[in-house]
Amino acid sequence: MSAAMVVVGAGQAGVQAAEALRAGGHDGELLLIGAEPHAPYHRPPLSKAWLAGEVEAAQLALRAPELLARKRIALRSGVAVTAIDRGACRLALRAADGTHSALDYAGLVLATGATPRRLALPGADAANVHVLRSRDDAQALAAALRDCAARALPLVVVGGGFIGLEVAATARKLGIAVTVLEAAPRLLARALAPLLSDWFAALHRARGVELVLGAAVAGFALEGERVVAVQTADGRRHPAGAVLVGVGVRADDTLARAAGLDCDAAGGIVVDDCARTADPRITAAGDCTVRRLADGTLLRLESVHNATEQGKSAAAALLGQPRPFTATPWFWSDQYEFKLQMAGLSAGADRWVRRGDPAAGAFTVFHYRGERLLAADSVNAAREHLAARKLLDAGVWPAPALLADPATDLAALAAPSGPDSAAAGPPPLSRP
Amino acid sequence: MAHITFVEPSGQARSVAVTDGWSLMQGATAAGVEGIVAECGGSCACATCHCYVDEARAAELPPPSAAELDMLAHVAAERRPGSRLACQIKATPALDGLVVTLPERQE
Repeated sequence: MSAAMVVVGAGQAGVQAAEALRAGGHDGELLLIGAEPHAPYHRPPLSKAWLAGEVEAAQLALRAPELLARKRIALRSGVAVTAIDRGACRLALRAADGTHSALDYAGLVLATGATPRRLALPGADAANVHVLRSRDDAQALAAALRDCAARALPLVVVGGGFIGLEVAATARKLGIAVTVLEAAPRLLARALAPLLSDWFAALHRARGVELVLGAAVAGFALEGERVVAVQTADGRRHPAGAVLVGVGVRADDTLARAAGLDCDAAGGIVVDDCARTADPRITAAGDCTVRRLADGTLLRLESVHNATEQGKSAAAALLGQPRPFTATPWFWSDQYEFKLQMAGLSAGADRWVRRGDPAAGAFTVFHYRGERLLAADSVNAAREHLAARKLLDAGVWPAPALLADPATDLAALAAPSGPDSAAAGPPPLSRP
Repeated sequence: MAHITFVEPSGQARSVAVTDGWSLMQGATAAGVEGIVAECGGSCACATCHCYVDEARAAELPPPSAAELDMLAHVAAERRPGSRLACQIKATPALDGLVVTLPERQE
């Protein structure tokens, strides 16, 4: 009998890794250990349908425990891993009832996720100041939103990132007044082209959100145990029935760091493109990681796509079948009736090309650095998003004017050797 | 409530009573049906809950949205006339008895 493979973390990356270990040929013992008391669930609906009360817990299921059992994946929910003894290949566990035990591993996948950042201000731990990461977080926030709705009090969202804006959209849908305080001069500045930042700002304002850009949160006004307003450095006071702090996450690398594995100072277990750490028995996947690229720089991605792909790579590496994960990153965000889909990495872009009409609510912005296509952000334009992913995967960089032309068939550009494009004549492509 | 028969890639059939308003993806996943990945959790963003709806009854379903049609162009397994994304089909009593086959691969 082969020794146990252990996956720590039962979120998207961990579940994927466990399934891939089994599918990839590991026939022995396989454990999936989750710190949360719940069976694996989908996180994306937490800021939307779940928060709006449109779905119940069972609809969030990522994999049912009985399916995991059929795959002989032993799910241990509500169990914390407190230490890794790399010399002995042994984990220290603490169960929900406080009992301690040890578990030997032959291979270990760390998929420990990330923890929301909180503000270092008095009142940041008040009962009505929320973060959103887990189902329990979402349940508490949902109750707070119901309270805001019942008492006609506003929600203040600190941080105009994806979580903050999705929650703002959901709260507006529930008829709650919303103030969004964003520190940067534009929304989603690290992810989106300026045109899209402006478009989303206009969207949220049109839907009744009071959006304050360049807002520096200076403090919380407290009454008893509760925050009643958020103060900004300009002296303004933003009344609040509840506060959501959405200012990013820190990779949960505590276990790995304590075990001496290489971790980035800013957070994140350092892995290569096959999800390997320096310890041949340990791989890592998902939001807890940061990837060392070929040029030595570190890339941090927080997305479902990254979690699933790294999960597969983390399993493959432990099975001795290294699987580089180099596919174009993609991500999405649902706000109101709009779906934003992003492909590629836009950092370093110096010009942007638009396709479609933002006023019509369906368009794509392509990010270029010089002649090189870096990324594409699409709003309600799934077809263009998918074509952009294919272009980026293939390293095909069409001339900007070609992408901007609505008459250009993007799918044909992405498959330049296909019969369709051959019939139409080869498009003028540039390649790296 | 609709009783839906999901045929897993292995050929194993599983009958699931799906609550009205739940998507077929949610019903199948909660019941432990194998063969659905549903990477995006039902946002119509990933095309990994691809299924084949019994073609004789496909016309009884509300037709796919433009967004679903776009994503169906991206499915990993063969696209057939009955191809749908299970996250975009809501259960109603009218779907009772529907047979939904899951493809060999989703990604």
